[in-house]
Amino acid sequence: MLDLVAYGAFFLTIALTYAVICLGLNVQWGQTGLFNVGIAGFVAVGAYTSAILTTPATADRFGGFDLPIIVGWIGGGLATAFVTFLLGALTLRLRSDYLAIATFGAAVVIQLCMLNLVPLTGGPFGIGFIPRPFGALAGNALAFGLANFAVIAVLVLVVYLVLERLVRSPWGRVLRAIREDETAARGLGKNPVRYRLEAFAIGGFVMGLGGAAQAHFIGFIAPDNYLPILTFQVWAMLIVGGSGNMRGAILGAVLVWGIWAVSGSVVSSVFPADQQARAAALQIVLIGVALCAVLLIRPRGILGEVRIVSRHLLRDARPKASAKERPDHA
Amino acid sequence: MIEPEPDPHSDPVLEARALQMQFQGLKAVDGISLALAPGEMLGLIGPNGAGKTTMFNMLAGSLVPTSGQIMLNGQDVTKDRPEQRLGSGLGRTFQIPRPFAEMTVLENVLTGARDQAGESVFHTWFSPRRVAREEHQNVEKARHLLDFLLLSRLEGEPARVLSGGQRKLLELARLLMADPSVLLLDEPAAGVNPSLLEVIMERIQALNAQGKAILLIEHNMDMVSRMCSRVFVMAAGRELAQGAPSDVIRDPRVIQAYLGDAA
Repeated sequence: MLDLVAYGAFFLTIALTYAVICLGLNVQWGQTGLFNVGIAGFVAVGAYTSAILTTPATADRFGGFDLPIIVGWIGGGLATAFVTFLLGALTLRLRSDYLAIATFGAAVVIQLCMLNLVPLTGGPFGIGFIPRPFGALAGNALAFGLANFAVIAVLVLVVYLVLERLVRSPWGRVLRAIREDETAARGLGKNPVRYRLEAFAIGGFVMGLGGAAQAHFIGFIAPDNYLPILTFQVWAMLIVGGSGNMRGAILGAVLVWGIWAVSGSVVSSVFPADQQARAAALQIVLIGVALCAVLLIRPRGILGEVRIVSRHLLRDARPKASAKERPDHA
Repeated sequence: MIEPEPDPHSDPVLEARALQMQFQGLKAVDGISLALAPGEMLGLIGPNGAGKTTMFNMLAGSLVPTSGQIMLNGQDVTKDRPEQRLGSGLGRTFQIPRPFAEMTVLENVLTGARDQAGESVFHTWFSPRRVAREEHQNVEKARHLLDFLLLSRLEGEPARVLSGGQRKLLELARLLMADPSVLLLDEPAAGVNPSLLEVIMERIQALNAQGKAILLIEHNMDMVSRMCSRVFVMAAGRELAQGAPSDVIRDPRVIQAYLGDAA
């Protein structure tokens, strides 16, 4: 029973690190319509930055500053925000399909850098011994798992509250307007490039933070952790949960990670060892099937988009406008 | 309310000087000059393909003219972007309305408010009271505009459920949130049912009576005759005629341009 609780805590801890990344994507795509398909690369920047800042000194690798974990997380977020800001400044004037190509290309470049910049990243062997929160409790699986879960739950709550405050505001309303019709928003005096850049960098910060947190809960990172499949997983999480809804992003992350983890266990127990590598593709198929099912039954995701953007209006609403959240199936 | 008479001798609020727009081999607008006096309602008419919407796009900043100059309240705004021109007091509506379909009617209108502190990340975090106060004031104003344009009962609905005519009214409300002194209205009557058309005409006249200068593209000649003191006619990118509506509609060149050889 205790083992089950410990496993549940570990499962939720990892799922919630994805929830943080998914919240970042929700700012970029859900609110602003920025088609970012380079998530894996941005998550990697956060993870590697935090690992370099917090690991102990190592002779054959740059870094090893041995700083506190919280410094690593913030540093990971800031480094990713910086990278997304630079990339955004170059590409956000482009049409959305070009942005997709640019972000995908950036993710491939970042992954190749992780693979080849051996003195900085450890190359294909990655970086190990990344300090874990409450590492002193590591001997007690249950206490360690619960402590880690508490840390990530607090992080998700803080990110959720911060983003809700930001997005459920006139600022978030402009993002939504730009997503709906950039020409009309421009005609109303809004500068789309400025708002897109802000949303892209803030979303990037959150993705980097999520990547940093994930690295510390796993304890080891390598370039293979940041392949395009990660981008696919995060997109599936947001679509399943409900694009444009912060709670949907969190719910989607937990559900899709649940499908991924359970299908992984089934594959390893049902298929013989020599077939397991091939059978692992079934995990991706299952996520795809879940995605299709949700899109058919609830086209806007399980929770759907929040219709009234500004939280100020919820206090001010006339009776007719009292619907706070309702999924729409038009 | 007594309509202020436009003074043709005062400095124009909006002036186009020899505007030209060339798309590769096609001159969509070829050397048009026009002036809109303070408080005037000027009709811009012409057959399809005359270059009216291209003219609008240049005046509003969506297109940069190949040559020529655009003056707004005496300032050269030829190279200003649409958002900068709105800041200088010039706003436009579109021939096909462009509501933010998934946003509520009320929030569509609120998006039109200019210089909102809450549209900055910094103020959202560090001046929450100012943001809340402004939002409350903007909601009051938006509801007043929705009442004025008969959309109040729909304020909580997503804009996509509105009819074509209601979308035109919504677009007008959204624009009025920014308090522009010059309005460019692109076919506000197109595709609108007769009862709503009367409402739209009456509201546009009321805005003009409040002192807003209006440049109106419209094919409905009855509407143009009733509302505009002066009409500017374009054909094939050039000026064909201008003057009082009653004179212009009898001008043989105008009849020829609209009806072709059948005239």
